[in-house]
Amino acid sequence: MLGLSAAIATAIASVALYLQLLDNGPLRYAVGGWGAPLGIELYADGLSVLMLLMSALVGLGVSLYALRYFKHDAQPAGFWPLWLMMWTGLNALFLASDIFNLYVTLELIGLSAVALVALAGNRHALSGAMRYLLVSLLASLCYLLGVVLLYHAFGTVDIQLLGMAMKASPASYAALGLMVGGLLLKSALFPFHFWLPPAHASAPTPVSALLSALVVKASFYLLLRLWFDVFPAANVDFGWLLGTLGALAILWGSVQALRQSRLKMLIAYSTVAQLGYLFIPFALLSPQAWQGGIYFVLSHALAKAAMFMAAGNILKFSGHDRITDLDRIAQRLPITMTAFCLAGVSLMGLPPSGGFIAKWLMLDAALTHQQWMWALVMIVGGLLAAAYVFKVVGYAFTKADVQDNKPAESIPALMEWAPLALAVTAILLGLNANYPMALLSIGNPLAGVSP
Amino acid sequence: MSTLLPLLLLASSLIPGLIIFFLNEEQVRLRITLNMAGAIIKLALVLLMVWGVYHGQSYEARLPLLPGLELALHADALALLFVVLSSVLWLVTTVYAIGYLEDSPNRSRFFGFFSLCVTATVGVALSDNLITFLLFYELLTLSTYPLIIHRGTEVARKAAKVYLFYTLVGGALLLLATVWLYTVAGTLSFTPKGFLAGIDPQHHNVLVAIFVLLIAGFGVKAAIIPLHGWLPKAMVAAAPVSALLHAVAVVKAGAFGIVRVIHEVYGVAFASSLGLLMPLALLAAATIIYGSIRALYQDDLKRRLAYSTISQVSYIILGSAIAGPVAAIGGIVHLVHQGLMKITLFFCAGNLAETLGIHKISEMNGVGRRMPWTMAAFTLAALGMIGVPPLAGFISKWYLGVGALEADQGWVIWILMGSSVLNAAYFLPILHAAWFKPPSPVWPAERHFGNKETAWALLLPPLITALFSLATGLFANTEFSPLQWAIFISALEFKP
Repeated sequence: MLGLSAAIATAIASVALYLQLLDNGPLRYAVGGWGAPLGIELYADGLSVLMLLMSALVGLGVSLYALRYFKHDAQPAGFWPLWLMMWTGLNALFLASDIFNLYVTLELIGLSAVALVALAGNRHALSGAMRYLLVSLLASLCYLLGVVLLYHAFGTVDIQLLGMAMKASPASYAALGLMVGGLLLKSALFPFHFWLPPAHASAPTPVSALLSALVVKASFYLLLRLWFDVFPAANVDFGWLLGTLGALAILWGSVQALRQSRLKMLIAYSTVAQLGYLFIPFALLSPQAWQGGIYFVLSHALAKAAMFMAAGNILKFSGHDRITDLDRIAQRLPITMTAFCLAGVSLMGLPPSGGFIAKWLMLDAALTHQQWMWALVMIVGGLLAAAYVFKVVGYAFTKADVQDNKPAESIPALMEWAPLALAVTAILLGLNANYPMALLSIGNPLAGVSP
Repeated sequence: MSTLLPLLLLASSLIPGLIIFFLNEEQVRLRITLNMAGAIIKLALVLLMVWGVYHGQSYEARLPLLPGLELALHADALALLFVVLSSVLWLVTTVYAIGYLEDSPNRSRFFGFFSLCVTATVGVALSDNLITFLLFYELLTLSTYPLIIHRGTEVARKAAKVYLFYTLVGGALLLLATVWLYTVAGTLSFTPKGFLAGIDPQHHNVLVAIFVLLIAGFGVKAAIIPLHGWLPKAMVAAAPVSALLHAVAVVKAGAFGIVRVIHEVYGVAFASSLGLLMPLALLAAATIIYGSIRALYQDDLKRRLAYSTISQVSYIILGSAIAGPVAAIGGIVHLVHQGLMKITLFFCAGNLAETLGIHKISEMNGVGRRMPWTMAAFTLAALGMIGVPPLAGFISKWYLGVGALEADQGWVIWILMGSSVLNAAYFLPILHAAWFKPPSPVWPAERHFGNKETAWALLLPPLITALFSLATGLFANTEFSPLQWAIFISALEFKP
């Protein structure tokens, strides 16, 4: 209960910050009265508030879900403190204004995420968590090295000051390489995705939802900040490389998802694929593509959290998540299945949904500049997403060949409605995109991008 | 100008549908009430709208989507034609479906998606720009999928998968074409005579490519060869679904999309100056002949009707592709006529299956004596399909033929004649067997309904639609007939 009240309080604080931002524009707040370069500063613009609101929404939904999920479980004790710590880390990351604090928040998120995965306690979860821990530490270390290099070269860790001081030099190239490499590892961009499916699929359901929806987005957000606020003056261009990796991630992740026989693994690979879309804008370099990318972050967070929670219900209900053995789930868990399908619509990018708006913006950017390959990859990716989503839906409608007569476990109403609420929100994001776009344009870091 | 009415028109099926999802199986009466109320209210709203438009009112509703893009509904003449058709047929099909699905499981889910499907169709009809069209077009795909897989058998799952594969690929092509068109033209709003004629000639190659993508995207649902493969397979669905899919919703959405593209995106004159319409006409002609020939060889009644649909829907496309005012009338009016006739045929096929267990044409000997009313409706619709005057199908074929001659496309006459001969070849043997051959002593699975030949909810709908298909032909010259409407629509496109 305490956990839930904390979740609600955090959500309210995010909304309050949003309202303040609408009135006053970008905010800067020096913690304890000490400003840069000595103290810790927090900075909020449209992008960070959008991310905060997203975390609040997903966090609230998952918290409600977890309330029932862990009710009769043996290891609930660790969940709430770890999750709230992780949320703290996320919010701090979205607000941080210097690259060292960003490192601290990154570690905070990484360590609590690993512990959350290990909560499940079984062999799969522990080996998944171990792998996740090693990758996460390695990635943070790379990032920290980059921070040290920059501090040595420019004498500051504040993002704004660094952005102004930045120039092309071996030190900044090395720092850029290290930091971007570390963050790509954490964002699980193909081919650095190997750790993600086992960790995300074996974790307890609320944790899977949080990891896929929020945690991977945190490192992406950080990458975005560095890319636009710190490194532009260093004049390096390997956006096409990130875009290409993103395209490969879309294709590879989707095909792998299609090949999975277990539902949670399928969804985890779908995350690998969907993360690929986030990197396409690096290659397209138009403001519109970036808006699309950020819209993609939002809609994917909502849809994927909903989908994982729906899958958790199915798993709990039937005692397994073998896709071909799903037995008339559409009849027996209609609300859960609706949530799954609506989330699926957004992942496929069909209208009306947040995923559609995101894809429309990116396609528009790609076709305006005659970048055919990217458009083609996105279209094919949408079709593959439809294939793996409807593979599940198809089996959910039919009777299973093998009937186990084990009585199905009943699912509390809250656990059915929480994913539905998030999935519906993902659909509603597709109706009027002008509001989120307007918010994004407050203190827009992407405004200076030239096509 | 009124924004409320188009939204109410969507809500009248959307809201009952959403409520129905949450009903228990046992709440039969409430479900039937909601269904019927929705269908009747929708029809009343449509009639109100027709009355308003006739008196110079304009109805539209807009919702901003992205900077420069909006979701827009607008009741223009072409939209009204389709809306009237779908709301009339929805009412009839609802009655039929209630009778047909009595005692079958999961009816709440079925009727929920059924209502969503109609909402999507009305949305397709009212769409004022291509992106709105795309939205409802995809919604239609998604809401028909559960109807096809409804029975939950392995066959149904596979058929639904095939359906989804075709339609989603079609949808993806459409998405690509829509975005591309937007980057080239900067707008997507349907405009009489099109909005592309003024575009820089250096983009003409691009416009040709976009046209091909658009036609491919819509052609999947309109079942143009070689994109027709899903349609015969989707026959596993229950009769009301087949009826709705074939006569109103899915195939019509495709054909309607093609008409919109030719008339209101490219404009007939511009499209034919780009040389796009002749190949399309040839493709439509090939589909007409191919569908008819395949229909000849089917013994399964619903499959024969399915191939017949493939053939008949292409009349609509042919009408627009001939690029003449009179042929366009024939195509547009066939949108309505084909719907009335084909839905009758599917209702009757459903009655035979439900009452006597007949699924094959070879089992139909003498069925006319056991079920005279059903077979009378079937006969009327089948003769209409062949093009016997004064039935609806004759009017369509007459205008197509005259229009082809007027546009110097004499070859179309041969296609029309060939198709009529083939229509006769696959419908007349059915009629002969049903009326003149001795009935078999036992039917495959007979059910009795007192002294009536079948339940009234199953019998009434085909009789009504059969009468409509007679009336639309007989009274084609009166003020509110579909034909007069089609003439009005065609004039909008072709008047100087």
